[in-house]
Amino acid sequence: MNITTVIDKSEARRRRWEARRRYLKESYILWRRNRLMVVGTSIIVFLLLVAAIAPLLATHDPYEQILPDRLLAPSPDHYFGTDSLGRDIYSRVVYGSRVTLTIACLVAAISAPLGLVIGVFSGYIGGAIDEILMRLSDVFLAFPKLILAIAFAAALGPGVENAIVAISVANWPSYARLARAETLSVRNNDYIQVIRSMGASKLRIMVGHITPMCLSSIIVRLSLDMGTIILTAAGLGFLGLGAQPPVPEWGLMVSDGRQFLVDQWWVSTLPGIAILIVVMGFNLMGDGIRDILDPHQRQS
Amino acid sequence: MLQYILRRLFTLIITLVGIMVVTFFISLVVPLDPLASIAGPQAPQETVERLRTLYGFDQPIYIQFGRYMQRLLHADLGTSFQTGRPVLDDIIQYFPATIELATISLIISIIVGIPLGILSAVHRNSVIDHFSRVLSLIGVSMPVFWLGLVLLLIFYFKLGWFPEPGRLDIMLIEPERITGLLLIDSLIALDFEVFWDALKHIVLPASVLGLYGLAGIARIVRSSMLDVLSQEYIKTARIKGLNEFLVLTRHALRNALVPAVTVIGLTYGGLLEGSVLTETIFSWPGLGRYLASAFLTLDLNAVVGGTMLVALMFSLVNLMVDLIYAFLNPQITLTAS
Repeated sequence: MNITTVIDKSEARRRRWEARRRYLKESYILWRRNRLMVVGTSIIVFLLLVAAIAPLLATHDPYEQILPDRLLAPSPDHYFGTDSLGRDIYSRVVYGSRVTLTIACLVAAISAPLGLVIGVFSGYIGGAIDEILMRLSDVFLAFPKLILAIAFAAALGPGVENAIVAISVANWPSYARLARAETLSVRNNDYIQVIRSMGASKLRIMVGHITPMCLSSIIVRLSLDMGTIILTAAGLGFLGLGAQPPVPEWGLMVSDGRQFLVDQWWVSTLPGIAILIVVMGFNLMGDGIRDILDPHQRQS
Repeated sequence: MLQYILRRLFTLIITLVGIMVVTFFISLVVPLDPLASIAGPQAPQETVERLRTLYGFDQPIYIQFGRYMQRLLHADLGTSFQTGRPVLDDIIQYFPATIELATISLIISIIVGIPLGILSAVHRNSVIDHFSRVLSLIGVSMPVFWLGLVLLLIFYFKLGWFPEPGRLDIMLIEPERITGLLLIDSLIALDFEVFWDALKHIVLPASVLGLYGLAGIARIVRSSMLDVLSQEYIKTARIKGLNEFLVLTRHALRNALVPAVTVIGLTYGGLLEGSVLTETIFSWPGLGRYLASAFLTLDLNAVVGGTMLVALMFSLVNLMVDLIYAFLNPQITLTAS
């Protein structure tokens, strides 16, 4: 295209709009073509729905203890049976979707932006600050994630909020690493040089021109991590270091049913299946999102 | 190469110092007063004060940190409040059980994962490919603690094929401790009854961790095998009339396994981490269970010591993986230096 061609503003806006629409349309086609991704997305949409209308779906109060009804087998009255305190397991699993979603979303909302900011800053500023921040992330990466999360959860004291903080602390370094790598690859590009020569401040370049370039890889990484985040939260709950009774958290429910495993298998196993399905959904969706956002995949 | 190794060792030392700082920080933020739990709720104030001076909790933070570093450099991890023994002794006792479990699990995931990855790459989109992908998906999506419970329920409680949780039948006497690895110690002592029993005990927990591990391995072998199989030199090998088996093993697999090495190393680290949950379920007397109970009771010295050891192991494994990778793929050291 001829550089001297002058495009008036409305024309530019129209073209940009068209390009975006085409991008979305192609994404939709890629999404439809990937059957596993459709399955994964459906699972997650289903989870969102269940969490949203939990009070309508639940047949009982998830906290109400009816001791004479303890450890009942699954029946039309109690779809998944009852636990050792006579609470309806089905209703608790339904309400548990809220706990799981809350943890996963908050961890994502804390650790990804934190990692993104640190990574872009470190990569763009460089020098001693970069060195310090990256050694710091090395130290965090030197611990297995689950162990670090457990250690922080234990230190902060059990509870859902602390579990969220603990998992976020264990998660941010990988996003920082990724954002830094992306930043290094674009920071000396011509377009950045041009903006810099036009007098844009460092902050403006980082926020407006580098961060958007890192977003897609962070999103891909985050969507692949969602399953692990949920597994970690469930593991913390199971060990007694995450959500505390009587919160209907799935990992905690699996742990509660351990002593009744032989004769009342449903108490432990059914909440576990809920974890399995949701994590599977996130993993399938994550794989699909990676394919959709991957430019190589798009060309074919 | 030597320069590369030295530089990696140097960063490892920095990381280790960082690990010490982080574990110290963890021990600082604990809100519960560990002294109250040692002394008991009824202890008079002066006893608590005496304990505070004894453990040095009355000193300023930087002095506490200095003492802490000094102790660590002398390999003194302090005494566990829970067992009343030096943490180092506890770790020496429990660690081999974890190594044994993680190693057997890794062996399971390698001998199942690599062939599965090759087969699904060679027979792309066949039944076996789909099977292996579903298995991988389940492997990464399954909560290990749940799988452990389900396997126990089916194979121990219902079918009785495998023995109760634990490392050895209580009626059997452990052989003399040489390596701490029960399977090897019993072979050295030529005690085949113990060996067989220990083997039966390890199958279930190792399968749980093994399934987790094989998912990643099968995946990476499949994708790198697909990459390699589309290369020109594979075509050349086929055109010159080499039989398919040799093409796959001698030409394709060798290169396809290079990326797998990294994943296998990372898997080993993941297995160490998964052992916390698995050991808790299978009453496996390893470091994972020791750590889990230390975390629950806020046994500070044990928490700090155990976490540090796991982080050290994890870093060493990562270092080894990098070195092996650099050895297999000389491009790495060239670009790095």
